[in-house]
Amino acid sequence: MTQTKGTLYKGSGGMWSWVGHRITGVGIFFFLLVHVLDTSLVRVSPEAYDAVIGAYKNPIMIIGEIGLVGAIVFHAFNGLRIILVDFWSKGTRYHKQMLWAVMGLWVIVMIGFTARHVMLFLDGWGGF
Amino acid sequence: MSTPTKEAAEPASKIDMKESGGGGEVPSFEITLQVRRYDPEFSDEARWDEWQLTMYGTDRVLDALHKVKWNIDGSLTFRRSCAHGVCGSDAMRINGRNRLACKVLLKDLDTSKPIMVEPIKGLPVEKDLIVDMEPFFQSYREIMPFMVNNSPAPTAERLQSPEDRERFDDTTKCILCAACTSSCPVFWTDGQYFGPAAIVNAHRFIFDSRDDAGDMRLEVLNDKEGVWRCRTTFNCTDACPRGIEVTKAIQEVKRAVLTRSM
Ligand code: HEM
Ligand code: SF4
Ligand code: FES
Repeated sequence: MTQTKGTLYKGSGGMWSWVGHRITGVGIFFFLLVHVLDTSLVRVSPEAYDAVIGAYKNPIMIIGEIGLVGAIVFHAFNGLRIILVDFWSKGTRYHKQMLWAVMGLWVIVMIGFTARHVMLFLDGWGGF
Repeated sequence: MSTPTKEAAEPASKIDMKESGGGGEVPSFEITLQVRRYDPEFSDEARWDEWQLTMYGTDRVLDALHKVKWNIDGSLTFRRSCAHGVCGSDAMRINGRNRLACKVLLKDLDTSKPIMVEPIKGLPVEKDLIVDMEPFFQSYREIMPFMVNNSPAPTAERLQSPEDRERFDDTTKCILCAACTSSCPVFWTDGQYFGPAAIVNAHRFIFDSRDDAGDMRLEVLNDKEGVWRCRTTFNCTDACPRGIEVTKAIQEVKRAVLTRSM
């Protein structure tokens, strides 16, 4: 056999939800770090702030924002699931069902958000 | 006494038995077994070895390993003792998940693909499927896995109500196979973490009404390498061959640490 590496551990939903939770948590952290910096520009120079924030209106940023909201929504719902696993005495028995609920809620919220966000973008951010 | 014409009769009867045996042939099937092998005397690199084997419906992964070791390659190295899911010797990674080789029937696996067997993760591999279990047992010893009772020993048993016994029944079933601990992503990256098995065995005494050292064990597990390392991935619960609700036990110990310190 030429394959020299061992295989990946085949964990199920519980393991992958944790992987997702950590990736989204760290991702949100780095976004907020940059976002605090670009927002604080307003105190240095309102023009520079407008220029940087204006960049959020570009189509690539729209996709990025959908990704960001997707990450936050997953992290938030799954965070509530973890809190239930931690503090509800039956939480460990229902962790799989709760993960399905997290994914269902995620899909619903993301359909709503994406529709509105893309609509606002196509309208040229009237009112923003 | 007649003189039998021996040489003509015997081979014929053997063939007869085979054709009219009545029991029918035991159905067999072919498998491809791949084992992750490591022998530091030859190479620092692990490699995959592969064998084609003819196996039967009652065979387990352990039987396939035996077939290789006994008939093909005696250098294949693995632990097993009871071969019936009691001793906890043969935890290994079968098709990517921690299982006891003696409890996985080959017919329950997808035999159209190779069956892949690797050592459990997070403990140093010594040879082939054998890992050094010492770090695992060190954590086990640290949680004091024995009854501590400070009151004078009674002349008969220390009685306990069925309800009090039920409280920790699940965690009495552990066979210390390490399938849980070595399935834990936290343990893979932080070998100092006590790991699920140590917590399960602490749980067995913490919630035993006859035991007096629960607080000491909670103290041990309140360590930075203790219960708080657990990220509830449930890999341990999925891996446990005794069906122990491992994550549930860990969460109960976490809550016991909290309620004790409040
Ligand atoms: C929306 C509200 C939020 C909720 C309900 C929430 C919930 C949680 C929970 C319960 C955990 C513990 C996970 C575990 O025990 O495995 C956690 C971990 C974490 N959170 Fe959040 N969180 C939220 C927002 C955030 C934000 C805004 C950030 C970034 C600044 C963040 C970054 C992280 C990180 C990095 C972890 C560590 C992940 C790990 O250890 O695997 N979270 N979150
Ligand atoms: S809790 Fe289960 S998986 Fe872990 S060591 Fe005990 S028997 Fe093995
Ligand atoms: S050999 Fe004893 S548990 Fe498998």
